[in-house]
Amino acid sequence: MRNAFILIAAGLVLGGGAAFAASAENGKKAFVAHGCWQCHGFEGQGSVATSNGTVIAHTQLPFEAFETFVRSTNRAMPPYREAILSKADLTDIYAYLQSVPKPPAVASLPLLNP
Amino acid sequence: MARELSRTRLNRRKFMAGVALAGAAGTPLAVQTANAAAPAIEPPPPRPSALPPNAALAAAETAPPQEITQVEGGRPGSDFMVDVIKTLDIKYLPSNPASSFRALHESLIDYGGNKQPEFLTCMHEESAVGMAHGYFKIAGKPLLTLCHGTVGLQHAAMGIYNAWCDRVPVIVVGGNDMDAAHRPPGVPTFHSAQDINALVRDFTKWDDTPVSAQHFAQSFVRMYKIATTPPYGPVMMSLDAGLQQEPIRDLGQKLYIPRFVPSSPPQGDSGAVKEAARLLVNAEHPVIVVDRAARTPDGIKLLVELADTLQAAVVDQGGRMNFPKTHYLNRPPNVIGQADVIIGMELSDFWGVVNGFVDNGSNGIGFNETKIKAGTKLISISSVELITKSNYQDFQRFQVVDVSMPADAEATLPALIEAVKSAIPNDRKAAIAQRGETFRKAYANGRENVKKAAAIAWDASPISTARLVMETWAQIKDLDWSLVASEGNVSNWPNRLWPMEKHHHWLGRSGGYGVGYGAPASVGAALANRDLGRFSVSIQSDGDLMYAPGVLWTAARHKIPLLAVMHNNRGYHQEVMHVQRLANFRNRVAYLGNDLAPLGTGIQNPDIEYHKLAESMGWWAKGPIKDPADLAPAIKEAVAVVKSGQPALLNVWTQPR
Repeated sequence: MRNAFILIAAGLVLGGGAAFAASAENGKKAFVAHGCWQCHGFEGQGSVATSNGTVIAHTQLPFEAFETFVRSTNRAMPPYREAILSKADLTDIYAYLQSVPKPPAVASLPLLNP
Repeated sequence: MARELSRTRLNRRKFMAGVALAGAAGTPLAVQTANAAAPAIEPPPPRPSALPPNAALAAAETAPPQEITQVEGGRPGSDFMVDVIKTLDIKYLPSNPASSFRALHESLIDYGGNKQPEFLTCMHEESAVGMAHGYFKIAGKPLLTLCHGTVGLQHAAMGIYNAWCDRVPVIVVGGNDMDAAHRPPGVPTFHSAQDINALVRDFTKWDDTPVSAQHFAQSFVRMYKIATTPPYGPVMMSLDAGLQQEPIRDLGQKLYIPRFVPSSPPQGDSGAVKEAARLLVNAEHPVIVVDRAARTPDGIKLLVELADTLQAAVVDQGGRMNFPKTHYLNRPPNVIGQADVIIGMELSDFWGVVNGFVDNGSNGIGFNETKIKAGTKLISISSVELITKSNYQDFQRFQVVDVSMPADAEATLPALIEAVKSAIPNDRKAAIAQRGETFRKAYANGRENVKKAAAIAWDASPISTARLVMETWAQIKDLDWSLVASEGNVSNWPNRLWPMEKHHHWLGRSGGYGVGYGAPASVGAALANRDLGRFSVSIQSDGDLMYAPGVLWTAARHKIPLLAVMHNNRGYHQEVMHVQRLANFRNRVAYLGNDLAPLGTGIQNPDIEYHKLAESMGWWAKGPIKDPADLAPAIKEAVAVVKSGQPALLNVWTQPR
């Protein structure tokens, strides 16, 4: 079910003035292989313990800003320079993050509304 | 001295002298005889690189004891030691057995009837100390543990360090056969040392090595008193095997057991209390930061009273259950940035409260940054200042404060509350009340934001930690529950989502961050809760459990009910991230092998079947659970098992944090 969703979500990501064909499916694999999941969770949900609560699933950052941050961050997150994370993989990762299921409404979850 | 008096009276010494002679002479004699009988000069057969132990050595460690403790000339010292121990109302004694305290062990279970304390069989000394650690946090009373003075204490050391950092009293007694002229040779001598206490001296409050029964009585009561006087901490005694085993020396003096009278905790200086109150009532944004401030349930009430009086934000760092999570003044750490006065109570790291350390930078070297405004006044009440030692760095970075009270926070709170009430000027009361209204709104908004964050990845597999925590909560919320440990970091969801209000709802963490605390501390706390009729639940991480999983057997053996819901993220996740971080700094791709995580940090290939491990040791268990839809029925089933008096474990595959 989720894989089908990812395939459907694969699309175009604009970056550097050019259009890149982006694969959410490949992005999911790259997200895991490059260790993004370690701090951000397998669905980009983040954690107060590892990402200061930042949620990168469905990030509102445009790809260019996203890439700039990933390449040059000097805060809690270590940088991923192009030597270790290609632009193609990063583009796919961005597509994956746009493709993950959106969370259900809080009101629809009885466990969060006891 | 004891040996001179007893040598001629004890068969033990005669027997051991014989063993020593045989042990010393046995092997060389055998070689000479074989050589003499040979008709021709033949080279001896090659000897293996590792020889089996000779007969005496093997017998000393493996054979049934051939000697017995003689009671000639009087009662054994260890019987009197049991009399002493019983005066202190110590309920349990978790321990792994060892020859160096066999005499005391025998006296405890036979002479003492295995009551007050009851011996609990442990499979690792670290587990025994961890159980005592967890037990105290519920019962408020320390346990005694016995260990081999060398190898056993080495096993126990990490647990003792955790207890030290977490300010928890544990009474540790290490058996040690000190008389080199008379102790058994071989293994028992390997297991003896001049000064076993040196191993843990840097992280115990006090230690001693008694040399007579009367000395034991004085030192045992003294060590109990020191351990249970705030700031609490573990204490250590080296107990000579001969002193335990031999008859008590008759020195013409009647033995006595000193009466235990608890010491009152140290309170803050009255002048410093008044100055603290003056600063707090005149502050625009006072913030109260607490770590281990509430030693008892009364501590929570006192903190609520202080916070209500000031309408001040409270940041609970969670070393203990200090402040109700349902109170609108319970605020996240970022309120520090608005503060003009901060009062820290029993903080383990005041520097870390007002400063940040970013583990990054151009060369991967961390840097510091302040979290507070210039001119913010700092007040500290901390008893830990009274027991600062040199070697281990648990005192953290030095932080200058404006008012420093080396005192127990809970004991100082009544005076501080009164001083604050007296110091509030009439023209400040409206502003203080208005501050409270602002916090009510912020609290309500914060609750909604936390729920929204929890809903993200709600249906994910592996299961989100928020889902794990709330599925568990749904099954225990109507019970008198106690979260006895939450190890492995589940993004602090229980503290953010569960309505924690009572002191036993949250026990804090290990203190020293020594991994392996969660499982034994859970069992120890569950033991105390069992006696109080409470339901114990733990969030049990995978790496933590595998340090000493034998504690599962101890729980089953002694019928300690506990629900362990596993946060199994299949790795040492802190280290997963550390190695990845270093690889990134160095512009290298982290090598994963066949794992998900950098090589050496994952716990997979094969995946450990924790449910089978637990089952093998007498637990009800189920797993691996990977689909969140399967969680609720499994937890419900496990809760029923625990309510029947058994421990139960659920092996749940989870998101990393």
